[in-house]
Amino acid sequence: MSADPRGTHVTQTRAGWLFVSPALGLIGVFFVVPVVVGLLLSFTDFDIYALGDPSVARIVGVRNYAQIVSDREFWGALRNTLTFVLGGGPLSVLASLGAALLVNARLVRFKSVLRVALFSPVVTTLVAVAIVWRYLYHPHYGLIDFALRGLGLPAVDWLGDPHWAMPAIILFSVWKNFGYNMLIFVAGLQNIPEEQYEAARIDGAGGWARFRHITVPGLGPTFLLVGVLTMIGQFQLFAEPYVMTAGGPLRSTVSLILLMYEQGFRWWRLGYAAAIAFILLAIVLVATLVQMRLQRLERR
Amino acid sequence: MSRPARALVVNAAVAAVAIVTLVPLLWMVSASFMPPGAANTMPPPLVPRTPTLEHYVALFTRLNLLRNFLNSLLISGVTTIVSLFINALAGYAFAKLRFAGRDRVFQLLVVGLVVPAQVGMLPLFLMVRGLGLVNTPWGVMIAALASIFGIFMIRQYALGIPDELLDAARVDGAGEFQIFRRVVLPLLRPILVTLAAFSFLGTWNDFLWPLIVLSDERKFTLPVALASLVGEHVLDTELMMAGAGVTVVPVLILFLVLQRSYIRGVLMGSVKG
Amino acid sequence: MSRIPGGRAAKPPRAAWRAGTLAGAALLLLAVACRPSAPATTTVRFWAMGREGEVVAELVRDFERENPGIRVELQQIPWTAAHEKLLTAHVGHASPDVAQLGNTWIAEFVALRALEPLRPWITRSAEVKPWGFFPGIWATNVVAGEPYGVPWYVDTRLLFYRKDILARAGYPTMPTSWSEWHAAMRAIKALVGPDRFAIFLPLNEWTQPMILGLQCGSPLLADDGTRGAFAGPEFRRAFAFYVGLFREGLAPPVSNNDVANLYQEFERGYFSMYITGPWNLGEFQRRLPASMRDAWATAPLPGPEGESTGVSMAGGSSLVMFRTSRHQAAAWRLVEFLSRPAQQARFYRLCGDLPARHEAWQDPSLAGDANLRSFQRQLERVAPWPMVPEWEQIAIRLQEQAERAARGGAAPDSVLSDYDRDVDRMLEKRRWLAARRLNRRSGGSRGPG
Repeated sequence: MSADPRGTHVTQTRAGWLFVSPALGLIGVFFVVPVVVGLLLSFTDFDIYALGDPSVARIVGVRNYAQIVSDREFWGALRNTLTFVLGGGPLSVLASLGAALLVNARLVRFKSVLRVALFSPVVTTLVAVAIVWRYLYHPHYGLIDFALRGLGLPAVDWLGDPHWAMPAIILFSVWKNFGYNMLIFVAGLQNIPEEQYEAARIDGAGGWARFRHITVPGLGPTFLLVGVLTMIGQFQLFAEPYVMTAGGPLRSTVSLILLMYEQGFRWWRLGYAAAIAFILLAIVLVATLVQMRLQRLERR
Repeated sequence: MSRPARALVVNAAVAAVAIVTLVPLLWMVSASFMPPGAANTMPPPLVPRTPTLEHYVALFTRLNLLRNFLNSLLISGVTTIVSLFINALAGYAFAKLRFAGRDRVFQLLVVGLVVPAQVGMLPLFLMVRGLGLVNTPWGVMIAALASIFGIFMIRQYALGIPDELLDAARVDGAGEFQIFRRVVLPLLRPILVTLAAFSFLGTWNDFLWPLIVLSDERKFTLPVALASLVGEHVLDTELMMAGAGVTVVPVLILFLVLQRSYIRGVLMGSVKG
Repeated sequence: MSRIPGGRAAKPPRAAWRAGTLAGAALLLLAVACRPSAPATTTVRFWAMGREGEVVAELVRDFERENPGIRVELQQIPWTAAHEKLLTAHVGHASPDVAQLGNTWIAEFVALRALEPLRPWITRSAEVKPWGFFPGIWATNVVAGEPYGVPWYVDTRLLFYRKDILARAGYPTMPTSWSEWHAAMRAIKALVGPDRFAIFLPLNEWTQPMILGLQCGSPLLADDGTRGAFAGPEFRRAFAFYVGLFREGLAPPVSNNDVANLYQEFERGYFSMYITGPWNLGEFQRRLPASMRDAWATAPLPGPEGESTGVSMAGGSSLVMFRTSRHQAAAWRLVEFLSRPAQQARFYRLCGDLPARHEAWQDPSLAGDANLRSFQRQLERVAPWPMVPEWEQIAIRLQEQAERAARGGAAPDSVLSDYDRDVDRMLEKRRWLAARRLNRRSGGSRGPG
């Protein structure tokens, strides 16, 4: 209201808090409070009986955590999730890099169309395309096994065989997500000065040497960034197994979030499920810190 | 290799990658027009020999998917508009308004970015239940009406607004909200379009939370309805492809329209690390 | 909170209120539908699962015709999501008025206080009487002496077997005792050779070993459902028999996922016996070639001490009413309607689900079929699973243990002790609740827990 600097200061303070308060309020109530309550919940045995009568919920300390680490099912889910993160993550990053190199190649025509085409799986609805892939993976009628047989390779019962179900989900998720990191890599590639390549060419460096000594170091920071983002995303694996395999066969595709969902919303062991969520959070935090530490080492 | 030959090889490789990428989507569309059972024959047909619309008709009449479509539209639309406004207010304030504690609060918010949403989901469900919002669209929307990521993006963008512009408006006697509406919002337009695309697509595609909150099939969003449909109609390949198409095609179109903004958002979001 | 069955006393004010708020809507409906329906129709929300949900629509239409004042809003829920959806709905105060409920879930929903106790309704009913139903099935609806569901259709497991192979092995009919059954399986194995088997017991199904346990008289859970009884002598006997079938090579140690097409394998003679349920009657008829029609049959399960101990599981679905429903009187009429023998027989003709009422089995569509008669005989000898909310969770765990013993070399007895330990842990809450109830009762000052 006033042009006086001190007045502005007061108005700005008021306006500032006023402007951020709806967002802070919503985030506080629907994000911070649930996370804190979740932590508390994980120290109780809140379950189906407590849903009927809250007075029968008990505080049990770390019993849920102790039970989780002694539960084979949890270790199975952790193993499946890590397979997905450590197997699917690098594969997805490599696919993105390959696609980025192709799209960015000077000789390629119709770049913008291509970029959109390769990016389109990213924006599709996960549940819908997971259903599509379920049919593509069909051992008798699916296009994928049809193509394998056409190439003279043995057909695979992708989603029915416990050894192949997780690889099938990884393959699907690479298809679904590689476009995202591809874009980031393309931007990274464009930041590498063309002169470096020219100089290397004059020095007689071949294509592989140029890639190894200019492209890879040039993309260094991008790699780590992409790694962290991809990994955090991969830990949240849920809809793919829910829709494609329901966690089977033989529990080979149960992820941590799917386990949390089953324990929490199928068996209504909310305390136990909350503890699973916090173990997941701890793993994600540690993994993120490790990657950030690596990034710092890289910079030095 | 000569240059034209190399160009040919590279372009062929690129075309092959693009085709492999698009085949699942093209096959989805193609199979959705095949008569029942036609997709499950050998060799797998790539185009419908006798195209039919019957699955789409079935979806929108017998299976009432239109209702789910409208639910998705309502939830995604309202979430997008409301969250855009709330995030823009906060993002701008964090960038440009000077007030005590601003930076510390913002730093705390950014820490929240690494916490996966699933961590608070169980208590959130109990809260939504306490509010009587289970099985309502509000229960689905309520937790997405403000987003740390959105605030972050807007703040980054708003940092580029010159202070002189705002001060000039203040000198002219404009109130802070007026400044926000008249000066800041128009300047934020590009990032708002980007975020709108993100928010709409994100809400449209979301699965776990609406799956938990909604129990009545008439209130399901499209992905939840689809996942429930596949339980019953797993053998009806062509029908399911039509259902997947109805879910996916609108977001693909929206993406095509807003691709520039969307891709800019991807790149902006990626420099947050 | 007291809800009088029939609920007539509470009706006028609510009707008036409803008439007021719905006047506009009713007018609109009248204009659009051109149907002179009374404005005060009661809407009953009815949830049914899967295929049942589809075909029951036809029965519901007739019910509405018979009861012009009641409109049924039928919702079909896929089986895969049914359990979660029902629970979420209850937890979120969005339950339907009446629903189909798998009878193994009843205990759980009772624990949640979701279901309406039905004794007062049954007492007044001319239609629904306990003795009209298979007793073992009726028992699955009773928790702590109080009925909470009316059996709708029934499900059990018995033997589907290759009559021709069994005959060639020297057995013109299916044995009724374990010892003869065991001998018959050995004879079949000797006949069919090393690559084929006498019986298929999928390692990813817990029902078969659990049923054998029931047959030996194991309570499965002890101390009022607060501890596992799997290390007890009864279950140990059953489990040893079960594991022995794999170790002797009479059953292949594989799961359903390893058998690509069950019906083809049955036709090829990969296995000669299979313990499964009524839905496979239709599937076997449809999927096996016509030439096989006389080559297979069904038989009630043999028992450890002969026919009378040839018990099987009491499965199926019941119709339940929810406590929170405001239209219980109308909902109950729907339950009564669907329980009528004629409707039950009709339901069988529509989807093949077996009727829960004796009388319905006299219908010509059911009475003539020998394979169905085996089911009818089996249904006279069925026992319920333990009625605790944790049951499904507990039972799924048996799969893992059975696989360990059958596929790996783990000793059956030690496997069962492990299993009991797991089960005891899952039931810890029930023990605590029981102790708490006891304390309160002896404390006396507080009301019943």
